[in-house]
Amino acid sequence: MCDTCGCNVTHGNEGLIRPGGKLHKTESGKEAVSVLHSLLHENDHTAKHNRDHFDQHNVLAINIMSSPGAGKTSLLEATIQQLAETGSGATLRIAVIEGDLETENDAERIRKHGVRAVQIATGSACHLDAHMVHQALHNLDLAEFDIVFIENVGNLVCPASFDLGQHLDVTLLSVPEGDDKPAKYPVMFRKADLVMISKCDLLPVLDDFKVEKARSYLRDIASTAPVMELSSKDKSGMQQWIDWVRQQIAARIRFLEDHPVQTAHAHHHHHHQHQHVHNE
Amino acid sequence: MHELAICQSLIDQVEAIALERNARCVTSIVIGIGPLSGVEAQLLKNAYPVASAGTIAEDAELVIELLPIKVSCTQCGSESEALPNKLICKQCGDWRTTLVSGDELMLLSIELEKGKEPAAEAMH
Repeated sequence: MCDTCGCNVTHGNEGLIRPGGKLHKTESGKEAVSVLHSLLHENDHTAKHNRDHFDQHNVLAINIMSSPGAGKTSLLEATIQQLAETGSGATLRIAVIEGDLETENDAERIRKHGVRAVQIATGSACHLDAHMVHQALHNLDLAEFDIVFIENVGNLVCPASFDLGQHLDVTLLSVPEGDDKPAKYPVMFRKADLVMISKCDLLPVLDDFKVEKARSYLRDIASTAPVMELSSKDKSGMQQWIDWVRQQIAARIRFLEDHPVQTAHAHHHHHHQHQHVHNE
Repeated sequence: MHELAICQSLIDQVEAIALERNARCVTSIVIGIGPLSGVEAQLLKNAYPVASAGTIAEDAELVIELLPIKVSCTQCGSESEALPNKLICKQCGDWRTTLVSGDELMLLSIELEKGKEPAAEAMH
């Protein structure tokens, strides 16, 4: 989103600022300033900065979101194991950024597999934001990696509102949670580039979960994201997931070949920290 | 409860603009929220006094414009209003729609009361 040219004025909000619209009146002695910025302007700015960092090193960043306990860390552990065991194609160099309110537990689980993990303890914050990820990136040399998984705080609400600088969002829906989660949390599921139904080894026991119903709820929110069924435990669906990850890495690299990152990125963007505003 | 974090971000932006404009105080802040932004208007209103306490926007009225969800159908081309978890086309019922509006989380405008004279001149 750009700050100056008015492209923030969308079909949806233009009626508000047109002459005669609700935002186009000023009492005498006062000054009305039209802003039209995202409320998360600062966060979005840092997110873009993070994304530039990833792009400079040809690193794909995937944000993994779900309820607490849906199997995000288990998925990452299984992914690391699968890549080490099968060695299918070139090895992927993985780093993980872990977000939790407290503890280093998840980072330690990842480190046991010999993979670099940075833990962010958010304290009381229910989501990661771009600034936290930026801090974490200070502890990672991106030149050493092909992919960074950002494991967000387990929460189907708040993480959806904060851009971290990731390229893709993966949302897990675990079988014990119920197949109607996309209808209950449309904001989160609408954001997903891939919806993964996790803990599918439980489908025979929890037979009230219907994969077809979950797919139907996803169509209701106009989601075009692919839906995968997977179990980190019995490894079903793992190969399909890893193939998808590899495809996304290749696609990002192709994209960056066609759209090279400007090298002076950091200094370039830091010029724009002040706000651009327009008089009415 | 990420509304407090969002409210603090809002106050930061408003303070920066007020400072740039040499305002004495901020009298109103108008924001636009769509249901698909993931932000609850009422929670934002509750968070506002906490986030604005002691700032130039302390006494400002927070006006929240609730924006409707509208989708455009990629199949029949028509535009219709929709519900957060039912973003299908009202005309033809197809699910392949794109969102026209409803996910906004925008600071639309603020109203400032200017100082009688610029602060810098008053010093002389």
